[in-house]
Amino acid sequence: MSVSSRRRRVLPGFRLSLGFSWFYLGLIVLIPLSSLFLKTFTLTWAQFWETVTAPRALAAYQLTFGASLAAALANVVFGLLVAWVLVRYRFPGRDLVEALVDLPFALPTAVAGLTLTTLFSANGWYGQYLEAMGLKVAYTSVGVAVALTFIGLPFVVRTVQPVLEDIDVDVEEAAATLGATPWQTFSRVLFPSILPALLSGFTLAFARALGEYGSVVFISGNMPLRTEIVPLLIITKLEQYDYAGATAIAIVMLMASFSLLLAVNLLHRWSHRRLEARTGS
Amino acid sequence: MEGHFSPRPRPWVALLLLVSLAGCSRSGGDAAASSEGGSVTLLNVSYDPTRELYTDFNAAFAKHWEAKSGKKVTIKQSHGGSGKQARAVIDGLEADVVTLALAYDVDMLHDKGQLIPADWQKRLPDNSAPYTSTIVFVVRKGNPKGIKDWEDLVKEGVSVITPNPKTSGGARWNYLAAWGYALRKQGGGEATAQAFVEKLFRNVPVLDSGARGSTTTFAERGLGDVLIAWENEAFLLTQEVGKDKFEIVVPSVSILAEPPVTVVDKNVDKRGTRAAAEAYLQYLYSDEGQELAAKHYYRPRSQAVAAKHAARFPNVSLFTIADVFGGWKKAQAAHFDDGGVFDRIYAPQAR
Repeated sequence: MSVSSRRRRVLPGFRLSLGFSWFYLGLIVLIPLSSLFLKTFTLTWAQFWETVTAPRALAAYQLTFGASLAAALANVVFGLLVAWVLVRYRFPGRDLVEALVDLPFALPTAVAGLTLTTLFSANGWYGQYLEAMGLKVAYTSVGVAVALTFIGLPFVVRTVQPVLEDIDVDVEEAAATLGATPWQTFSRVLFPSILPALLSGFTLAFARALGEYGSVVFISGNMPLRTEIVPLLIITKLEQYDYAGATAIAIVMLMASFSLLLAVNLLHRWSHRRLEARTGS
Repeated sequence: MEGHFSPRPRPWVALLLLVSLAGCSRSGGDAAASSEGGSVTLLNVSYDPTRELYTDFNAAFAKHWEAKSGKKVTIKQSHGGSGKQARAVIDGLEADVVTLALAYDVDMLHDKGQLIPADWQKRLPDNSAPYTSTIVFVVRKGNPKGIKDWEDLVKEGVSVITPNPKTSGGARWNYLAAWGYALRKQGGGEATAQAFVEKLFRNVPVLDSGARGSTTTFAERGLGDVLIAWENEAFLLTQEVGKDKFEIVVPSVSILAEPPVTVVDKNVDKRGTRAAAEAYLQYLYSDEGQELAAKHYYRPRSQAVAAKHAARFPNVSLFTIADVFGGWKKAQAAHFDDGGVFDRIYAPQAR
């Protein structure tokens, strides 16, 4: 490491780059977020506590974190599958699938929400059959999870795909010639290599879901204590011009997400180290 | 110098300069351009369903103003939820005039932003509300559930669609209309009104965040037996969107919805647009302005214009928010602020 840092860089010196990084992050991230904290300080501790532990707030945290988790997990499974198909097979229409994966990034989330609600409501294409089977999606927490799955899919696919591309088919063939079953090849050879990327994808999809508003408000039905997400609660505070109350709840979300993301990042580093130890590099 | 020293840092310096320049350039342009020369630009910050009304009205006013003052006027429109629009203006969106859904949001321009005087509502006729509307019901063709009045909305098995009063200004009118009806009926009082409204909201399966969302839920998703809506939105739905699919039911009693307008003093004085902005709002009260309001299904204030369109706007016994609730601020505090009556309907112990 120390040798390489002395090498000439393509971009200008370390100090200038670091200075710029701090300046930029400060301007774009740190100052906006700290102003959030400043606004909250206008509340007394008791007011703050009362705001963030109101029964409706608690119900909203539960729904938001629960549905985001479910959505991120679903995306880990199915996103991996999509990435696998895209990397390992050549088939007609592959370019189309590639483009489809990115679409949730590009679509305004409100449009996504409206579309999903149309499909999943009782008279919609999917909804009429699901409802006949006794599964209500639109205007329930299931619907919230569906919307969050939609907007989170590209994260997993796009983080896993390059890693899969780096793994040569030779590795699988070698495992097979050594007598590994397909399952062993997957669980012992492939999975450990893609686990870090999978974790990153999960983290990104999860974080994205926590803050999502536009696509969820249409499909959730916004019923207090049942299908009210945290971002909606923040908006209702703003509608009362209660800026401090809104930031108080935002800060709880921020702290919770930050610790979660930190935990996942630590897990990520740990799994990375373990992988390096195993491959002996 | 150049030969010896590699010019590597240059792009970065240029980038930094660019960033700082971009930061500065904003303050200069806008204000000066609007007032000088023969043209004026006005920004009208409004709420969602007035888009079509103001598209028509802006063209009419531009013609009128050019004939009168010789100046060209361009009016830009901004639409969104009423509260969201008010917050944008408080936070610095340079609106010359605001035309919002409720006086409470305009009051906040004074309370939170010091942009207008406290008595803004007295500056123009009719509480600064040049057109009005009311709250009516939309039911499915043939009115299968036989809905005639507010009383039918609290019946068992009737599903009612209305947006969330916490996030929608329009929904607050719906809620207060129901409350006012319950107060006025035989033996009505605060307690019976609260019980009535609670019962009504028990029949609401979905609380959309805005009025258009509720309209979509009712019309496109097929949810609910009755939609509580502004009269102008109800007309749009029955005459233009879903012809032959919906009917309007006018209840016996409803609320006089007065969407208010005002110039934003701090902004017009800064930008030098006061004359045009004031004329713009006054022109809403002219015959042409009133005709356009009626055309877009808002009830005109002018008796003469209203008489011409009497068939369109049936007689309803209307009460005002000042009469029944003592104004918007009181209504907001008692009903819609956190811990107010609306929250108690959904409080855990009440369920």
